[in-house]
Amino acid sequence: MSISVQHISKSFKDVTALKNISFDVKEGELFGLIGPDGAGKTTLFRILTTLLFADEGNAIVADFDVVNNYKDIRNHVGYMPGKFSLYQDLTVEENLTFFATIFGTTIEKNYELIEDIYIQIEPFKNRRAGKLSGGMKQKLALCCALIHKPKVLFLDEPTTGVDPVSRKEFWEMLKRLQQKGITILVSTPYMDEAALCDRIALIQNGKILEVDTPQAIVKYYPNKIYNVKADNMYKLIKCLNEYKHAYSVYPFGEFVHYTDKRNDFNPEELHLFLEEMNAVNIIIQPTETTIEDTFMELAK
Amino acid sequence: MKSKNVIQVEDLTKKFGDFTAVDSISFKVNQGEIFGFLGANGAGKTTAMKMLIGISKPSSGIANVAGFDVYTNPEDIKKNIGYMSQKFALYDDLTVKENITFFGGIYGLSRKQIKEKRKQLVDELGLQKIVNELVGSLPLGWKQKLAFSVALLHEPKVIFLDEPTGGVDPITRRQFWEMIYKTANNGTTVFVTTHYMDEAEYCDRVSIMVDGKIEALDTPKKLKQQFNAENMNDVFLKLARG
Repeated sequence: MSISVQHISKSFKDVTALKNISFDVKEGELFGLIGPDGAGKTTLFRILTTLLFADEGNAIVADFDVVNNYKDIRNHVGYMPGKFSLYQDLTVEENLTFFATIFGTTIEKNYELIEDIYIQIEPFKNRRAGKLSGGMKQKLALCCALIHKPKVLFLDEPTTGVDPVSRKEFWEMLKRLQQKGITILVSTPYMDEAALCDRIALIQNGKILEVDTPQAIVKYYPNKIYNVKADNMYKLIKCLNEYKHAYSVYPFGEFVHYTDKRNDFNPEELHLFLEEMNAVNIIIQPTETTIEDTFMELAK
Repeated sequence: MKSKNVIQVEDLTKKFGDFTAVDSISFKVNQGEIFGFLGANGAGKTTAMKMLIGISKPSSGIANVAGFDVYTNPEDIKKNIGYMSQKFALYDDLTVKENITFFGGIYGLSRKQIKEKRKQLVDELGLQKIVNELVGSLPLGWKQKLAFSVALLHEPKVIFLDEPTGGVDPITRRQFWEMIYKTANNGTTVFVTTHYMDEAEYCDRVSIMVDGKIEALDTPKKLKQQFNAENMNDVFLKLARG
């Protein structure tokens, strides 16, 4: 095991941030912590990176205890917080040199690890970090988190607010780092990124809903989902919500994901109902369950 | 009824020194339309939006919003539009009630109007129990729904939403979009930016900016046909990656 989380709980005054959280991350795994803002992801990251004590439970990271061996952990993990935390007044190169020196190493020694990320920001190496664009800041922060060749990398919402193109590039970088043997724990509010992980934990309101592979996690969804479409989306959603047999009605891209309360649901009946409600160009077809459907059902 | 252009933009350009952030963009948005304004980080979306809401003067080109010219009547634009962003929406240190009263006052509503609107808003969102709680203590999803409603207090002709759903949980995200649909259905134009490509599908029309220019503008359906793509995510990747 590279990370082992055992019955961790944490409260801030009367707010419970984490409730009895347990899961394991295997060596070399790319593990995703998937959940919205306020789910408790950052609190868990801070406990695992030895910046915060848990109220209950314990955790092992890279074979070290997060409380008793906190100094060892700090030498063996890389942490990229959600908020940009490098020195804004130092240049790109100065920041990187600074972090390398703190960890008793040099840029040259571990350059191989950061090379394909660093060459993208190298043209700006004399620019102050505060003056970089969002995407470049992110790449610099990742380089700084990697410069001491950590065994485990913690990335807290690295892609929040990032456009789809840069998000895709970032995940390609993560895959390459994984191939170099680094265990990665990454959190994200984007459900589509869950599919790119080896395994995921769905987290909401401080509780783990399920842990499994992205392919298998959809099996926790109890119903058959249908894609429904008609000309006026707003009216369609209204009609479906009025349908007395409706179990759930959620827009999903160009379709509405519809599930029925009955086991013997016949799409023809729904079709007739929508026709009576004057819907035009009705399409009803079965569809695959997504991770987002599963999350929404489990979070209810 | 003749459809009316609530936003009209022609060759709108903004330069910062040698750098052209917005490069001669043109488009029109109809009344009651949900218009998605997409683009990669740094493509020029925020700069364009700042010109449209009257807080940044264009270098050249024409822009007319809610019937007013951005060069000569920026103050009238501000009175006739709503604006909500993910970064700033409400005051965390004021209660729900205080925020509504404060923004109602800013928008020039009378005490009586504010009272009526506040009751209506609280009832619609089901906020009765938390009306005296500090906004800072509310979950993000609640805040965003409240911020959206507050931005509509003065019944603007058009509302600008800058990444309104970032980080919000998937159920609340959908409730938020139901509010957007309802608003558009009532005749208010919705101008929205997002990084969620499934949300792009919910828009009537979508524009995609690349390096300061609008490289595509159409209904999601036609864009998917044009780029031979399965969904809007593919359209976006094909365009923005070149």
